Amino acid sequence: MTTTNEVDHTPEERSGLAALVYDGKARSLFFQGVLAILIMVMIYLAVQNAAQNLADQGKEFGFGFFDRPSDIQILTTFGTWLVGYVPGESTIFDVLKLSVANTLILAIAGIFFATILGFLMGIMRLSSNFVVKGFATIYIEVMRNIPLLLQIFFWNAALRLIAPGPRDAGTFVPGLLQFNTKGIYGPFPITHDGFYLTMMAVIIAIGAVIAYGKYAKKVQEQTGKQSPVFLISVAILIGLPTLVFLITGRPLTIEWPNFVSEGPVLRRGFERGVGSYIAPEFMALFLALTTYTAAFIGEIVRAGIQAVPKGQSEASEALGLPGGLAMRKVILPQAFRVIIPPLTSQYLNLTKNSSLAAAIGYPELVAVFAGTILNQVGRAIEIVAVVIIVYLTISLLTSLFMNWFNNRVKLVER
Amino acid sequence: MKSTMLTIAAAATLAAGAAAAGTLDDVKAAGKLKCGVSQGLPGFSNPDDSGAWTGLDVDMCRAVAAAVLGDAEAVEYVSLSAKDRFTALSSGEIDILSRNTTWTITRDTDLGISFAGVNYYDGQGMMVPAGLGVSSAKELDGATICTNTGTTTELNITDYFKANGMSFELVALENSNEVVAAYGAGRCDVFTTDRSGLAAERLKLADPDAHVVLPETISKEPLGPSTRAGDEQWLKIVRWTLNALIEAEEYGITAANVDEMMGSDNPSVQRILGAGDNDYGAALGLEKDWAAKAIKAVGNYGESYERNVGVNTPLKLDRGVNSLWSDGGFLYAAPIR
Repeated sequence: MTTTNEVDHTPEERSGLAALVYDGKARSLFFQGVLAILIMVMIYLAVQNAAQNLADQGKEFGFGFFDRPSDIQILTTFGTWLVGYVPGESTIFDVLKLSVANTLILAIAGIFFATILGFLMGIMRLSSNFVVKGFATIYIEVMRNIPLLLQIFFWNAALRLIAPGPRDAGTFVPGLLQFNTKGIYGPFPITHDGFYLTMMAVIIAIGAVIAYGKYAKKVQEQTGKQSPVFLISVAILIGLPTLVFLITGRPLTIEWPNFVSEGPVLRRGFERGVGSYIAPEFMALFLALTTYTAAFIGEIVRAGIQAVPKGQSEASEALGLPGGLAMRKVILPQAFRVIIPPLTSQYLNLTKNSSLAAAIGYPELVAVFAGTILNQVGRAIEIVAVVIIVYLTISLLTSLFMNWFNNRVKLVER
Repeated sequence: MKSTMLTIAAAATLAAGAAAAGTLDDVKAAGKLKCGVSQGLPGFSNPDDSGAWTGLDVDMCRAVAAAVLGDAEAVEYVSLSAKDRFTALSSGEIDILSRNTTWTITRDTDLGISFAGVNYYDGQGMMVPAGLGVSSAKELDGATICTNTGTTTELNITDYFKANGMSFELVALENSNEVVAAYGAGRCDVFTTDRSGLAAERLKLADPDAHVVLPETISKEPLGPSTRAGDEQWLKIVRWTLNALIEAEEYGITAANVDEMMGSDNPSVQRILGAGDNDYGAALGLEKDWAAKAIKAVGNYGESYERNVGVNTPLKLDRGVNSLWSDGGFLYAAPIR
């Protein structure tokens, strides 16, 4: 008979407190639980503390102030036009909508043009042409190494410097946009009855182009025959809406800005409310955000392209693909999976950086809602909470969309 | 675990901001007064060549520091934008806000602050380039106007144009230097703020004489110091320090003659200075000669006014309504008795 005082050290046999020490799973569960409770206590204390402070100051938490009328004039921008803001008649909630619209239009315009410029710079930087490469390198290094706020001030001051006086007119984009220190003025489309048919024609044309693209691809896969997809697509996109537009009797007039050179001195210059108007502050921010973010996107694109093994471009060369086609069909699709995650971060950065607008007075979310309105109603906690939620929502939606896009372009493994 | 530490740190920070009442004890314990001032408004609160803050609003803080701590230099100045000032006060970042701030009912009741009094009676005015040939605010229909964001001026100007059936465009900027720059560059036709502010800000323009201030005053702007709501004692200290400076002018007490006046036979003077058996400081939680210290540090109201914004300064503001009541002005301090 053998007596043994050996103890089996398998974790299963341990129970109670001993498990906390020896069982990895129980241990991690225990500490995660402790952490969760600690965090909840902290949140509770913070909320309690905020409530106590509010009570001490005779304030109450609530969003009742949203319905109060807003008595301030706000710089005319896209948001003013969209919300139809009128001081005294609109509510503080309208100001929130206006400022969110201003943030969004800045972010969308910025993201769109920064992407185009960024891809251009990234590809240029890899060019074998010394001048093209040098230009892109200098652009990227200069733009990404100067603080954004400084660039915003620069563009704002530069626009004021080159703009003619408030009662003069200068050309911003020949044939399209005019400007002076008060703003940039351009044509505004006024639609009449029946214009919706043209809009529908645009939608149908887009659908037709997508369907045709799929068909052409199928034909190419089956027979190897290539169709001039690009030219036909452009023809459909332009041709169909134009045709409908002409048949319905051109239900669209263009309103051009009206320059007044006589009458009361303060009425001279471009007439307000005629044609379209872009505040100089918007233009300064748009230029600063676009050129700054494009520099980062350029580097991301370059990194993405260089991450594609050299064998890929050599193989496409061996197959006789011309440079442009090889870039479009072979290199870029593979580069995309490297490019998209950091590109998403840049989009989010641009959106958040738009809050620097407060420095030059463009009425976006932080400047107007978390600034002027916060000052008028004094509801710091509520207003800051709303601003956080709005930014979070915009950012999460951007991420969601980009993740979806990423899933579509990522390498399909078979 | 790092996130836990951060959470604890964040919660601790929040808890630290909890202290509401007892500003006097806090100031005494810290040995200095945290005073919220502007980002540089000549005459009211502005750093001089050596970086020391001067001005009518700065004198208010110096007087309170002298009354409470016995040292007018024991002030830490916190430069605030119009937008940030109320949050800074209600959150406890500063002990007193003395920053050309208009007293209104919303601010007094809704922002978690209380106004102690008025140290400058002002009104909103408008400035235009002389070259425009405009002589009245009624001719400003269609103008683009620059102002500071987070101020009553934003509201007043909207009211004024609405009441007169005129349209305008408003460019509201956070930093007052940016407002001057925008106006100077021709972004706006009109620069509007309190009249005293216009007198001060025009000095920053390239050619101050090429601009005219229009005759209309479109609002009442009683400017004064404020304290955090819910601390009666501290509010009263600031209120009575201001009253003492005004009373001192009334009774001819100056920074130079304050020691001499201690021996005055006038009972009003004795009460202000705490001479003899008079002790009005105890009830405020201060020494009996609190007012004498304040007057010694900054002079009476009139001295402070002439030194900072008066006709012999670049601002060239005459006393006007800011004279004593006995001279036909608005300054009528409650008596110290």
